[in-house]
Amino acid sequence: MAANLETTAAATAGAVGGKGAQPVAAPGGVRRARGRELLVYFALGVLFGFVLVKGELVSWFRIQEMFRLQSFHMFGVLMSAVLVAGVSVALIKRFGVKTLDGEPVVIPSKVLGKGVRYVVGGVIFGLGWALTGACPGALFALVGSGVAGMLLAVVGALAGTWLYGYLRPRLPH
Amino acid sequence: MLDFLSRPWPWYVAGPIIGLFVPVLLLIGNRLFGVSSNLRHACAAIYPRDVAFFRYDWKAAGLWNLVFALGIVVGGFVGGVLLANPEPVAIAAETRAELAALGISDFTGLVPRELFGWSALLTPQGLVSILVGGFLVGFGTAYAGGCTSGHAVSGLANLELPSLLAVIGFFVGGLLATFVVLPLILGG
Repeated sequence: MAANLETTAAATAGAVGGKGAQPVAAPGGVRRARGRELLVYFALGVLFGFVLVKGELVSWFRIQEMFRLQSFHMFGVLMSAVLVAGVSVALIKRFGVKTLDGEPVVIPSKVLGKGVRYVVGGVIFGLGWALTGACPGALFALVGSGVAGMLLAVVGALAGTWLYGYLRPRLPH
Repeated sequence: MLDFLSRPWPWYVAGPIIGLFVPVLLLIGNRLFGVSSNLRHACAAIYPRDVAFFRYDWKAAGLWNLVFALGIVVGGFVGGVLLANPEPVAIAAETRAELAALGISDFTGLVPRELFGWSALLTPQGLVSILVGGFLVGFGTAYAGGCTSGHAVSGLANLELPSLLAVIGFFVGGLLATFVVLPLILGG
């Protein structure tokens, strides 16, 4: 029972961080987003989906080109994205920038543990990424772009996520 | 303007915009940029059963993100249908030749129709790439606790070692699929 409670708490904390299953410090934004706030997230999602398509990050051809190391395009996208995000995060931390609601910005750090989950989970995702040519964001964007087969890939992704949740207590992390 | 919106964007336009999602989401409401969490939120919303991993308040943790994902679908429609690039994706000539050698002949869309069109769903190759590929995306991102956005962008930006391990894993898996699994599936 105690173990069960603990995993439930861990799962909840992980969900709060929006990332993993291990306990992470809860960020300030635990509260549910409502009303106009949701509209802002929707609009940001539209912009993100649009950029994914325009940058051709949703293209199976581009993913193949990346894994065959035959173009700088995808690497350029990834590196410039990390650079801009990294400098922004560093500035937010350095100057203690607050959120619009005046809360301190909290970025929960990921728990390394034995590191197995990151390597093994990462390899499994990488296999799926090259096969479908789509990361999760691209799956959603391609459904919108009218690529019929991607609906089935989303179903597969949900099944995979569910099976992970079911097997989680028995998997090494 | 319309021309710019229908043409594909170079990496130095798309990449920095994507990077900006991290600070914007943090500053709007302390939300972490990461798309794969939505697969978990969807499972928690639809079919949590008694699985601990799905027993949490998904509305508090993830409603914002599910709405963001819905936006991605709409953005995909705007970018891929309304303002679609009429030209084929301009991949490197070597890539094109190697894919042609594997039997890919239709280079006109964002993705090859041979693998992802309706008729592909009836072929074993299509089913493996789509259904099994999708399954691996879901299982792998849940296990690793993030995908390209959560680990490769958000995590690396925050200098997280776990994210670096995950990203290395992404590429190991991708290389394996590209050079071992795909040739087997496509029989090239």
